[in-house]
Amino acid sequence: MDKDLILDLKNLVVRFETEDGIVHAVNGIDLEIERGHAIGLVGETGAGKTTTALSLLRLVPKPPGVVECSKMELDGKDVLNMSVRELEQTRGKDISMIFQDPMTALNPVFSVGEQIAEAILLHENVSKAESMKRAIGMLELVGIPAERAYDFPHEFSGGMKQRVVIAIALACHPQLLIADEPTTALDVTIQAQVLDLMRRLREQYKTSLIMITHDLGIVAEICDEVAVMYAGKIIERGTLQDVFNRTKHPYTEGLFNSIPNINDRKAMLTPIKGMMPDPTNLPEGCAFEPRCPYAGEDCKRPQAKRDISETHSVLCCAYDRPGFHIDRKERS
Amino acid sequence: MGRYVIKRLLMMIPVLICVSFVVYFLMDLAPGDIIASMAPPDATPEQIELMREELGMNGTVFHRYFRYLKGLLRLDLGQSLSQKRPVADIFFERLPRTMELAFGSIFVALLIAIPLGIAAATHHRTWLDGVSMTTSMIGVSMPNFWFGLLLIIAFSLHHKWFPSYGADLGLKSLVLPAITLGTEQAGTLTRITRSSMLEVIRQDYLRTARAKGVSEKMVIRKHALKNALIPILTVLGSTLGNAFGGAVTTEAIFAWPGVGRLTVMAVNSRDPNLACGCIIMFSLLLNVTLLVVDIAYAYVDPRIKAHYAK
Ligand SMILES: Nc1ncnc2c1ncn2[C@@H]1O[C@H](COP(=O)(O)OP(=O)(O)OP(=O)(O)O)[C@@H](O)[C@H]1O
Ligand SMILES: [Mg+2]
Repeated sequence: MDKDLILDLKNLVVRFETEDGIVHAVNGIDLEIERGHAIGLVGETGAGKTTTALSLLRLVPKPPGVVECSKMELDGKDVLNMSVRELEQTRGKDISMIFQDPMTALNPVFSVGEQIAEAILLHENVSKAESMKRAIGMLELVGIPAERAYDFPHEFSGGMKQRVVIAIALACHPQLLIADEPTTALDVTIQAQVLDLMRRLREQYKTSLIMITHDLGIVAEICDEVAVMYAGKIIERGTLQDVFNRTKHPYTEGLFNSIPNINDRKAMLTPIKGMMPDPTNLPEGCAFEPRCPYAGEDCKRPQAKRDISETHSVLCCAYDRPGFHIDRKERS
Repeated sequence: MGRYVIKRLLMMIPVLICVSFVVYFLMDLAPGDIIASMAPPDATPEQIELMREELGMNGTVFHRYFRYLKGLLRLDLGQSLSQKRPVADIFFERLPRTMELAFGSIFVALLIAIPLGIAAATHHRTWLDGVSMTTSMIGVSMPNFWFGLLLIIAFSLHHKWFPSYGADLGLKSLVLPAITLGTEQAGTLTRITRSSMLEVIRQDYLRTARAKGVSEKMVIRKHALKNALIPILTVLGSTLGNAFGGAVTTEAIFAWPGVGRLTVMAVNSRDPNLACGCIIMFSLLLNVTLLVVDIAYAYVDPRIKAHYAK
């Protein structure tokens, strides 16, 4: 192997078999992450970001969830065929996740210190007192004073809860950290602190990171790579420069055009028209086709991944057309 | 917390006075006259009247009640007419038996209800769920005197494992009465365990626990159960109340020398002081139990503790 991969995921498919039909949440995702890298997973609500992350922890609720995958290796270990015991040892230790909604992610009847200490106690050979001491250390690391360790979740604000959730996820220094919109519940200053914290931890522990967000600014700030998701597929993937400066997919272009440009406030904001297709009834061809300004007849056929360069790939058949290219409005 | 407890204790006083009033007047309405039946057959009406005065049973029912209430407020439950001893002595002599039965039955009920309720919730909509719900329905709807008799036939007549009456053999005597009364309580407790577990099982914080690497067993037993206990405790309070009430029939079936049977005896012999005393003490006991359950809440749910502290 030439690359040292922390995560090697091939053809992940997740569907939820509900009474109202089959929700196709994730439809064939390949994701390779090199050790120490940070990748931003962006996409609008319902794109399947959280579901992808949960599959990596094998925590997709079943029923209704059905997960299919041809390869899922974490640090060289096959997660798909792990025994229950091995899975429990992997979760929280090799891979951990910061959950999206901090208001409901903490158990109301245990003190926050206990909830952090539990993770340490499970994975490391330490005494109860020692685990509590380390839990307090984690709390201080995320900016919560030590004496609050014995308080219960209802005594904390949303932002503080989020930091406790982060402390739980980081308690055992995981190899791969998945952060599911870790800053949406936070105000701007705290948001900057949390991002700074995550950046420092990455340097200190060489943690690899999957950062799930809709905020392209956060991606630009702490990620090396970007994967853009749409209707359960990664439609564009590349380095920050690739995706930000050499945008290839029309949907990615739309995302950039729908955030304001401070240098030219008179420039029109052009939000993407329409809505994401119903995940119970996805088209056979490109799912973005109904909303795409470049759509043609060829878009109704199944799409194949196309490599633009060593690092950059896109899922769009328009590049079969001679001379097609996207001309993103220049922004500086 | 201390202030809250004192407030609750003070609130019991008017309740107990109301109870004493109702019971005393009902006893008076019941036909039969204990004094007349206690007097020798050849006693003259004058002699009976004299006896009435000696025993403090003269005057109208209002006079008698207020005399009784005055005693009550001095924490004096009065004398039993039929047994010619202080009511308090008789009651406290028998109370331990009823406590054994009530707590024994709750123990049996929890032993059945918690595992069954959890199994039903974690196997929601499978055959296991169906079986445990049917079992709990049977538990609730089966008359307890009938089930008690079945147990006696099976385990004391047929197999001779346990005695069929009395409390002389200690724990061995307790087994059948506690099972009889316990299964009746178990039905309701199973249902509430199941429904509160079902509620908790969907919560996000269980996913956080799993993501930390907590085993499925501990996710249920530690993280979920402690949250589910909160509604279970509410019901447990009233279950204990039911157990005290149910003790009356169960004690009758097994000739269990507890307070339930004492109360029945007191009513049958038209002994107003004894009957009133028993019932007042019963409701006092029930109120204290409910208070203890409320306090236990605070230990399970930190949110409630914070509420009391204010
Ligand atoms: N437990 C479930 N049962 C049924 N459908 C589900 C379940 N979980 C997710 N879905 C569906 O799967 C799709 C993808 O959901 P997911 O939560 O992964 O989106 P997301 O990209 O994380 O969105 P957001 O940005 O809002 O968090 C959605 O259509 C959602 O309705
Ligand atoms: Mg999500």
